[in-house]
Amino acid sequence: MNVSFARTWSKLTESMLFLPIAALLMILAFDLFAIPGFFRLELKDGHLFGSVIDILRNGSPTVILAMGMTLVIATGGVDLSVGAVMAIASSVACIMINPTITGMALTDPGLFLKDPQYSWAPLWMVIVVPLIIASLCGMWNGMLVSYWRIQPMVATLVLMIAGRGIAQLVTNAIKIIIFNDTYAYLGNGWIILPFSLYIATAVFLTAWLLTRRTAIGLFVESVGINFRSSYYSGINERRIKLFAYTFCGFCAGIAGLIATSAIRTSDANQIGLYTELDAILAVVIGGTLMGTGGRFSLLGSAIGGLVIQATITSMLSFGVPASAITAVKAVVVIVVILLYSEQAQKFIRGVGSVTMRGEAAR
Amino acid sequence: MPDSDRDIVVMTGIDKSFPGVHALENVDFSLARGEIHALVGENGAGKSTLIKILTGVDRADKGTITLDGQSVSPRSPLHAQELGISTVYQEVNLCPNLTVAENILIGRQPSHFGVSIDWKALNARARESMKELDIDIDVTQPLGAYSVAIQQMAAIARALVISNAKVLILDEPTSSLTTHETLQLFKVMRKLKGEGIAIVFITHFLNQVYEVSDRVTVLRNGTLVGTYPTASLSRLELIRLMLGRTITVLDDMTAHKMESSHHIAVESLLEADDVGLANSVEPFDLSLHAGEVVGIAGLLGSGRTEIANLLFGIDRPDIGSIVMDHKPIKDFSPHASIARGVALCPEDRKVEGIVADLSVRENIILALQAGQGWFRRIGTKEQYEIADKYIKLLSISTPTADQKIKNLSGGNQQKVILARWLAANPRLLILDEPTRGIDVGTKADIQKLVLSLAEEGKSCVFISSELDEVLRTSHRIVVMRDRAKVTEFSGQVDEKGIMQAIAGSAS
Repeated sequence: MNVSFARTWSKLTESMLFLPIAALLMILAFDLFAIPGFFRLELKDGHLFGSVIDILRNGSPTVILAMGMTLVIATGGVDLSVGAVMAIASSVACIMINPTITGMALTDPGLFLKDPQYSWAPLWMVIVVPLIIASLCGMWNGMLVSYWRIQPMVATLVLMIAGRGIAQLVTNAIKIIIFNDTYAYLGNGWIILPFSLYIATAVFLTAWLLTRRTAIGLFVESVGINFRSSYYSGINERRIKLFAYTFCGFCAGIAGLIATSAIRTSDANQIGLYTELDAILAVVIGGTLMGTGGRFSLLGSAIGGLVIQATITSMLSFGVPASAITAVKAVVVIVVILLYSEQAQKFIRGVGSVTMRGEAAR
Repeated sequence: MPDSDRDIVVMTGIDKSFPGVHALENVDFSLARGEIHALVGENGAGKSTLIKILTGVDRADKGTITLDGQSVSPRSPLHAQELGISTVYQEVNLCPNLTVAENILIGRQPSHFGVSIDWKALNARARESMKELDIDIDVTQPLGAYSVAIQQMAAIARALVISNAKVLILDEPTSSLTTHETLQLFKVMRKLKGEGIAIVFITHFLNQVYEVSDRVTVLRNGTLVGTYPTASLSRLELIRLMLGRTITVLDDMTAHKMESSHHIAVESLLEADDVGLANSVEPFDLSLHAGEVVGIAGLLGSGRTEIANLLFGIDRPDIGSIVMDHKPIKDFSPHASIARGVALCPEDRKVEGIVADLSVRENIILALQAGQGWFRRIGTKEQYEIADKYIKLLSISTPTADQKIKNLSGGNQQKVILARWLAANPRLLILDEPTRGIDVGTKADIQKLVLSLAEEGKSCVFISSELDEVLRTSHRIVVMRDRAKVTEFSGQVDEKGIMQAIAGSAS
């Protein structure tokens, strides 16, 4: 304990990444001592398996959602509709693989019986079209918020509620089962590591490049902190918000595709259910301020997403029944709220300054 | 001097500093029983700070307050109310969905044995208290059903009823009232005055000062200019006192200015022809030239900021045309203006200027980056170069370019905002109150900067409520009054003429 420690400490604690990383390390430390074999990795057919890999795989959709949600929250808004947009994207993807339930007559109705791998639309379109539709959903939210000046919470609630209905309509309220293995690769594939992890990494990198290698990140933060000053400085704040919500919809689309692919079913009622809350929680854990917006950290949000998944996986491994997991999440929320309060922040920073004062007294 | 028989409130040697601003400096203020005392001064003069200290919102750093001969120090608005000092604010802060009676007596409602509210007594007492103000209305109706004036009366009634007020402070009470309603308010004020209540009346309508007040206290830049019997002070003199004519070290600037006037371009850069906007500013003509500083003088609310907003495209004129580079402007938005080379340093630094949580560097490059668009990002290294250049040029005092702007003093924040616009390299720079609330040294720096910018061939519009500042920096002066352009002075500027133009009469 010396002055240089105090200095490093204050630098460390001021970083937005301090709390999310600390939280992740704490959970992993708990696993190390409380759950034997938590960190064991197995190599099967050249692919890695294990609890840590499960965290990365199951956490991927949340991380992806959190990327778009970060930008939306940074502009001072919120998007409650991402779960519903996931459902829409998955319904669209499934109906494009197998449109028979819409009553559409195929040239040969026996196609699916002869070849379960058959897909009505080419697979690239099965990916691209749902993503375009999801982006349009996000754009709709952005229109309501930026041009019609509707409160983000209310504006996105519209699609949150209507979205699942739309998703049901698309598939005639029927769960379409996917036999196509190539499509299932999105959520089930492995290249040493789970394939969805690569998608999450790609989305993270795209979001980072898009915001930090252009001026968009600065404008998003500026609009979130003070939209009037931003407007007076020549920033088109409406367009920035429209962009953030559109990107958020796009991310929700990707997460939706992964989710249907993982369970090989379009389930408009279950896909993405309550994921908007996970995404928001991930962003908040990552240090972006909910409600006021402003400074954001994509890496923080990504780690935040992993913190949530790590908690869930750890609790399941520890023996907590799956039905009680929501209660565990509630505890996480309470801890996060307490840790991010001004008093707690002061206390954490205070640890360093106490050392510094103690040193000076000596 | 203080006379405890006559004076109910005596404030002596009041001093108050906020980070970066000396809001009040050794101010004395006394209020006599049964008088209406007007408190006037431009924005940032210290009126509201003085009132906040008297009503316990802020605590003075130095100085004493006596009430009825007793030394007091109000800790909170509630405490001040208990002492007998009540305030009615500009915006009525009552609940429009409750009845008038409930609003007046909430917290003091008469009850049956302390359990249930005695509605009959409540309504009767409320009706009575409104009648004392000569207003006879149905107090069981929701407050929101009545006009702003009646709502204000209810606020006054509440102030009188719940605290037995001896001192009543009315903060800009007439700003949202019609002429008729204002007269009604004045009637009530005179009645209360007759009952021995002392009233502090804050307003920026000078005719109302003359209509209703007995004495007037003038503040300027946080110092007391003086207290005068209203009847003995001419309107012109009052304006002179409010705007000030403090001669400082800067008068060599006048010579400098005369010299620089040779650089003014003949051809105009921007030409506003009969431009106006309903409910904002009456149609006006204005031509701006490269190398020239045009000052806009006038009192608060005279239409100065409205002109700036039209020229910068915040507002779209509904009549007339603005021509720049021989092309009429069609696209009115800050973004389009910046592309044309127009910049506005806005009046309200906190709300329209700074982006508090961003660093000094990011604040400086913001407008330049906005002009370049989303995808042509200014490199980090270049950002530091630009920031460091302006930190040096404007001697902005900040530890590093990465400091958050909210941690800087007001004057330095203002310099950062100036730097933001200088970095965008505009041809026309509009400065709306660029020196408000900042110290004298920085003011001088900014004034000098404006002149040197003009010398470099930029066209500047300089808006200020301090007349000496406008006189010192401007080659040409436009005078505004009551949301209209009154006249324009150029060449040898006649200070007295300008004041008369601002006042609107020769008296």
